[in-house]
Amino acid sequence: MTPTTDSFLERAPLLLRDWISGFFPAALRGVINDLIAILTILAVFGTLFAFLTLAERKILGRIQNRPGPNRTGPFGLLQPFADGIKMLTKEDIVPRAADQLLHFLAPVALVAFSLLTFAVIPYGRHLVPVDLDAGVLYFFAASASTELAVFMAGWASHNKYSLLAAMRALAQLISYELPLLLSIVPVVLAAGSLSPSGIVAAQGAWTLDVLPHWYVFTPWGFAGFVIFLVSALAESNRSPFDLPEAESELVAGHLTEYSGFKYALFFMAEYFGMCALSSLGVTLFLGGWQAPCAFLEFIPSYAWFGAKLLGLLLGFIWIRATLPRLRMDQLMRFAWKFLVPLSLANLGVAALWRLGAGWSEPLQLVRWAMAIAILATAFFLLGRKLSSGFGPRVYRYAPS
Amino acid sequence: MMDFAFALIAFLLLASAATAMALRNIIHSALLLVVSWFALALFYLWAGAEFAAFAQILIYAGAISMVVLFAVLLTQRTPGNFILIPESRRRALAAVLAGAAVAAAIAYAILNASFPVGSTPAPAVTVRELGIQLMGPQAAALLVVGAILTVALVGAVVIAAQPEKLQREDPL
Repeated sequence: MTPTTDSFLERAPLLLRDWISGFFPAALRGVINDLIAILTILAVFGTLFAFLTLAERKILGRIQNRPGPNRTGPFGLLQPFADGIKMLTKEDIVPRAADQLLHFLAPVALVAFSLLTFAVIPYGRHLVPVDLDAGVLYFFAASASTELAVFMAGWASHNKYSLLAAMRALAQLISYELPLLLSIVPVVLAAGSLSPSGIVAAQGAWTLDVLPHWYVFTPWGFAGFVIFLVSALAESNRSPFDLPEAESELVAGHLTEYSGFKYALFFMAEYFGMCALSSLGVTLFLGGWQAPCAFLEFIPSYAWFGAKLLGLLLGFIWIRATLPRLRMDQLMRFAWKFLVPLSLANLGVAALWRLGAGWSEPLQLVRWAMAIAILATAFFLLGRKLSSGFGPRVYRYAPS
Repeated sequence: MMDFAFALIAFLLLASAATAMALRNIIHSALLLVVSWFALALFYLWAGAEFAAFAQILIYAGAISMVVLFAVLLTQRTPGNFILIPESRRRALAAVLAGAAVAAAIAYAILNASFPVGSTPAPAVTVRELGIQLMGPQAAALLVVGAILTVALVGAVVIAAQPEKLQREDPL
């Protein structure tokens, strides 16, 4: 270990944790350490959730040429707290015909399962809450369980619109889970590990000290990252895939019969899901907590992780402000006819890439060219197939 | 401590499965079935099979539960109202016979299985070794399973694609 990678700042969170658990008897220290990790995740991501809602409204406002929230505190900074108080004091209405228990359990289960996903993300060199050998699988197991909560919410409301919207949401979640999983298989293949910290460690090197060996800088990694981002947008119900809620068209879908704090819990879970998927994206494709250049390693690893995470989240908000919502049939066609075949092609390219790892210098160029050529061909062929038969729209009654 | 955890998991597993059978509301039964799948995953975790546990949750609680719930919703005519009395004596008899046959087969298998007694240390298998095993010595089995699943998938697509094709041929 070089001194820079084990500096005081790098170990500061651990030292703080040990200082706190030092007040407890030795037998309890393991439990206390776990509790501190859980509380830290709750506090950090809870605060991030609060200010992300504010950032989203401010940035959307800026893009749409309006000020956004600016009356609560300086620059509207206290808006999240005002929203929280409003949500807490609102009346909680449960329909008489609803299934009381499931109606109550759905938001709780949703938030619980989305919080579980945070456990396996390596936030820094020494900051891995739970270092599981099958961590990536754990992440997807926990996030797949949230689908159950969506179904419970739709069914327990005893409202046909809620149920229909829940079925629609499930169709979307299941369809996009496939490309999401397929896009990360090449990463697992390349790193030879299902553990997130192992995958981060596999990306930790630089060419000439400035070019990081992150997976996003390989042809299959770039394609995989784009597929991952698109599927992550759909999985977390973000625009342009926000059909399950589509507050301007439906009456909030499966959330129709929810009010007050339960409604807030659904949105909390949505933001948690977005943060978790972005964290996973950073871990798998953007080198996790690794610094982009060797000489920048003096900045602690968790700061790099946070910066990358915030960058991705701001990208999500930007996309929401830019792209219009898809239609249901477009959404399904895009998932099954474009993303799934493309990610399968990407898997093949990744296998080819792995095969060419030992090739000599000039053949490396051939390796790059082959990988890019296969991906580009697949992209253009699939794209043409996707839009064939839906050719240019004719506006018959509009003045041309 | 370990035995207590095992007892708790076993109780959760059996109690949720038994309640699922006893409940009148079929959606509640399906959701309780999911709880018992979770308990099974907990059991795998308790036994040290991390990979199997997460795969169990991902596939059963994530995917198969959806199939079950969709099937229930699409076939159920009036919610919360299903027949409790069999339509004829022959049907009742057939049901009892089928149930007894399954129970007998399972009981036979359990009674004839030999459980190794004594403490054999559980082998610590990493995901990596599991993958190497699957890709090396067990590759043929993996390929056969993959082929069967592909056939099933193609069959499902063919069945699902039929009505649309018929509709298009309809002269309108």
